Amino acid sequence: MQHVNNTAQISMNGVHKRFGNGTLAVRDMSVDIQPGQFVSFLGPSGCGKSTALRMIAGLLSASAGSISVNGHPAGEGGDGRDVGFVFQEATLMPWTTVFDNVYLPLRLAGTSRRAAKDQVNEALSNVGLLGFSQSFPRELSGGMKMRVSIARAMVTKPALLLMDEPFAALDEMTRFKLNNDVLKLWEENNLTVIFVTHSIFESVYLSNRVLVMAARPGRVVDDIALPGGYPRTDEYRTSQEFAENTRIVTRALKGTLDHDESDH
Amino acid sequence: MTKAIIEETDDEDSIILNAEQARRERNDRRLRIVMPVVALLTAVAVWEALVHIYDIPHYLIPAPSRIGETLITDGPSLMGSAWFTVKLTLLSLLLAIIGGVALGMLFALSRTIEMSLFPFAVILQVTPVVAIAPLILIYVHSTFAALLICAWIVAFFPILSNTVIGLRSADHNLRDLFTLYKATPWQRLRYLLAPSALPNFMAALKIAGGLSLIGAVVAEFVAGTAGQNSGLASRILESSFRNEIPRMFAALILVSLLGIAIFLATSWLSKLVLGRWHESEIKREH
Repeated sequence: MQHVNNTAQISMNGVHKRFGNGTLAVRDMSVDIQPGQFVSFLGPSGCGKSTALRMIAGLLSASAGSISVNGHPAGEGGDGRDVGFVFQEATLMPWTTVFDNVYLPLRLAGTSRRAAKDQVNEALSNVGLLGFSQSFPRELSGGMKMRVSIARAMVTKPALLLMDEPFAALDEMTRFKLNNDVLKLWEENNLTVIFVTHSIFESVYLSNRVLVMAARPGRVVDDIALPGGYPRTDEYRTSQEFAENTRIVTRALKGTLDHDESDH
Repeated sequence: MTKAIIEETDDEDSIILNAEQARRERNDRRLRIVMPVVALLTAVAVWEALVHIYDIPHYLIPAPSRIGETLITDGPSLMGSAWFTVKLTLLSLLLAIIGGVALGMLFALSRTIEMSLFPFAVILQVTPVVAIAPLILIYVHSTFAALLICAWIVAFFPILSNTVIGLRSADHNLRDLFTLYKATPWQRLRYLLAPSALPNFMAALKIAGGLSLIGAVVAEFVAGTAGQNSGLASRILESSFRNEIPRMFAALILVSLLGIAIFLATSWLSKLVLGRWHESEIKREH
């Protein structure tokens, strides 16, 4: 089974990941992701969704198989600035200002503070935090910190944004608002987004493609296209289409859980 | 719309808080200075009164006024000794910082180096300096250098171990972020590891500052050097031989003052460096 697809932005081909303790975190994952897709990796904990994301980012290496991102092997392309990464926690440097946190990717690329100023301010204003550039992270709420984290990921204007359960720790109202922020960034910047989540509703609301994953061993069990409803707004959450899509994804996910139980 | 509302309430809150906050802050600051000063003055006054009431001879317990007198009459010789101890303490602290940080960085970079060299650091730490000092005094000709080595041994280890812990304590996701952006080892050290290590380093500095003074005094006791070029510990020893108790107290007070100065300086530095971001130095709002 060869997946050769030259138009794909990300191409995972027969990827396995086995950790040192013997756990098979990802088994035989072959996925092509096209430019402009908003893909959710959805599944219960232990299904390898974060592991897959980290392999795409080049933070983990695959035990077998190959991953190419933007035409390069994962983690080796360019100077790392064509991929943005948002962690589960905001992961800001507490010792410095919001501005310096967002400036970090450019600073590491050797851009001077003066030259980076406009770009950093633009990234901050895109997430509505321009007025907070001199604040310290501890002075911000959880949602604001996460928006700083998104601004930092976007400051290099990457083509690919990887998000690892970014809003799992936030309250629902903040999460809804940040969901809309991410959709807006995706639409305005022609981004490709991979969004790891264990929330069915979040994956259905955001993405036009959901990869349903199952645990032990981590693997993809379904690949669901949800193209409709864009631009999605809060009204979409109560629409017939949203309910139908949720039902489809839930059913796919339920299959993985039933199967899981019969394993024991 | 939502944003404007949030900002408005923010403003209102800060106005209401500011008046009350300022008052509390002023009181707080006043109390923080007034209380310790009153307590100290009271203690000294009670001491002075007790000595006079019970007519205690000055060769047993001198009154504070008598100690003050000695500080003035013996001032020149005591100040010379104090300066010697200051030099010894600060120089040993400086060398402990340089050595501890340099070796700490080396340890943090390489597990192999750490595994090979750590036993030596532990041996240096666990062997009482009093026990090594005589040997050092035999091998090292210059007394000052010998004393310096002794004080350095005492102050060095806390800096080393805390620097290593601090450099290792950097957030794992932030490390990943630096990997994603292909940071050079130097960038990683400067922008991630060093700031992460600062809280631990500052804690170590507070400890090492006190220890370097203890090391300097203890080493001098062991060396027992007499002569014009020696520190406060020698003055204390010498006064003890001659039964000059007021002079002993005077030298002791100078040692204490030196220790307090070091403590205040390191605390101030810690506040300056960590004040805006680290939990340990942030004052909680009430």
